[in-house]
Amino acid sequence: MDQFTINLLFVGASFALYIGIAIWARAGSTSEFYAAGRGVHPVTNGMATAADWMSAASFISMAGLIAFTGYDNSSFLMGWTGGYVLLALLLAPYLRKFGKFTVSEFIGDRFYSQTARIVAVVCLIVASTTYVIGQMTGVGVAFGRFLEVDNTTGLLIGACVVFAYAVFGGMKGVTYTQVAQYVVLIMAYTIPAIFISLQLTGNPIPALGLFGDHVASGEPLLAKLDAIVTELGFNEYTAHHADTLNMVLFTLSLMIGTAGLPHVIMRFFTVPKVADARWSAGWALVFIALLYLTAPAVGAMARLNISEQFWPNGASGEPVSSETIANDASYDWMQTWQQTGLLGWEDKNGDGKIAYFNDKNADTVAKMEAAGWGSENELTKFNRDILVLANPEIANLPGWVIGLVAAGGLAAALSTAAGLLLAISSAVSHDLIKGAVNPGISEKGELMSARVAMAVAIAVATYLGLNPPGFAAQTVALAFGLAAASIFPALMMGIFSTKINNVGAVAGMLAGLTVTLIYIFLHKGWFFVPGTNSFTDADPLLGTIKSTSFGAIGAAVNFTVAYIVSSTTKETPQEIKDLVESVRVPKGAGAAQDH
Amino acid sequence: MADNSSNNNAYWSANVRIILISLVIWALVSFGFGILLRPMLSGIAVGGTDLGFWFAQQGSILVFLALIFNYAWRMNKLDAEHGVGEE
Repeated sequence: MDQFTINLLFVGASFALYIGIAIWARAGSTSEFYAAGRGVHPVTNGMATAADWMSAASFISMAGLIAFTGYDNSSFLMGWTGGYVLLALLLAPYLRKFGKFTVSEFIGDRFYSQTARIVAVVCLIVASTTYVIGQMTGVGVAFGRFLEVDNTTGLLIGACVVFAYAVFGGMKGVTYTQVAQYVVLIMAYTIPAIFISLQLTGNPIPALGLFGDHVASGEPLLAKLDAIVTELGFNEYTAHHADTLNMVLFTLSLMIGTAGLPHVIMRFFTVPKVADARWSAGWALVFIALLYLTAPAVGAMARLNISEQFWPNGASGEPVSSETIANDASYDWMQTWQQTGLLGWEDKNGDGKIAYFNDKNADTVAKMEAAGWGSENELTKFNRDILVLANPEIANLPGWVIGLVAAGGLAAALSTAAGLLLAISSAVSHDLIKGAVNPGISEKGELMSARVAMAVAIAVATYLGLNPPGFAAQTVALAFGLAAASIFPALMMGIFSTKINNVGAVAGMLAGLTVTLIYIFLHKGWFFVPGTNSFTDADPLLGTIKSTSFGAIGAAVNFTVAYIVSSTTKETPQEIKDLVESVRVPKGAGAAQDH
Repeated sequence: MADNSSNNNAYWSANVRIILISLVIWALVSFGFGILLRPMLSGIAVGGTDLGFWFAQQGSILVFLALIFNYAWRMNKLDAEHGVGEE
């Protein structure tokens, strides 16, 4: 059986599983329909939250960004897990006590203002749409490889599937489908990592193998990796090269953004009790950590494998020949990935060898020229987003592992993209149109506007996904910056301060969102249209602060503006102060109410 | 009513104290050991690199987990002590 058929089987089987569970859970639970939200155990809820949360950025993109940069991209690891501490300590229990279902409702009620609610909805739509662009990038990579077509065709097919999946929709709400998605996703991520860790270090646990010894050389794995990448002229893998200020701000933006993303916060509204909201955040992080502790091992081991494939006898030996790439079965992955247009190589000096090195490093170029391999890097293109999906092929793992990874990558991208589209469409139809523009709208009209909003969002995301502002995880990082600058400060101040009033909150959110959005557009192009940017992240407007790191500053602007405006305007009324007091103690929390 | 309110205030300040201590540890392991203080920890070797690298890529995540579970456990005890828990 060829690889294409195996992939098709795995992806087909996993989809059949999700749909089967959705139908089974729905039919079986009619009698306890009203208890549905309250019947979910914190462990189950944690697993479902993990599936919802881990998207194409975590699954497909993150390890690739770590692999090619090393220590400096640790921000993704700390940022996307550290946010759960903020969520568990600062938001989840209180929002659960408040007992409504959406983030914008809390903001509308706490700041006793319809304007505040609408501003929150706008912030939510901007952050979620940016997030979907990142997902679409990942969907394009996954479909391109899996259907063996070029990236653009893959993206267009993927967009249709996501749209159908989101409209079918209902199954998104079934917790057990998400549990199944989590199981597929985590197996798809860890099984190849275990194989590779055994091959390289003899340790079956990749997280430990990363700090273990490389079997072939007897040296520590990371020392071996540092040696080979520096020989090829790249930065030492484990060393700190990035600008420290930018790294701190980037990590902080990702953390605050995690705690400000509506589709994650919403999960804590429906657990049975306030105490369960606290436990749920912990369990979610347990299941997320299984992937996040494996990811750095995947990155480092893949980088070593790739370096050794191009330099089979080490950097002082001969590079791999074009003929070997064309004929040797262990290089088949290069042929298949070349079709997607995301991997490319070219024998520029015509010596029949493909030399992979850093041609920006003068010393290395001199060394390579002296050895006769030419002065140019001949691995012309290696898209970071292909690394995790190509990883099992690079390590020559059996066909079923490759099929499993395809199914896992699609599960991660589709579930999150569909969930975000649902969040966007309900925000537009329920909070914006029914809540503000046209309260008398019929149920049919509301449903129609939800579908239209979804179609518009996916069209925008697909168009921008064709020319994405960065690799999947980088685009998603921008979405986190926007959430960090707008939603999180409003929620936190709403709980921890009685002083912040309606005008202050609105001014704060608008200021935070606007400065962050402008800073991002200045660097990534207005509305992400390529070529309309005035600065680049290589040479940013403010010192060393890249657009992906600006969310933390946006959040600080939000806090400051809200505080100053609140101090100079009318005090918060007593009934709102009472509301805040009541949100702070768990006693008297009923079931979450529908709106 | 006054009793109730002062009890709630005591509960809230105890909660805020636990949050502050947790957030100090949260920042110390990630921004501290993982980034800013890494040069200080460079003498401690861990599997081919140093302790700061381990904190940045794995250690901080493990501490985050411990922080959340510790907070849930402490708060559930605090709820009971102040009689503000749910039924």
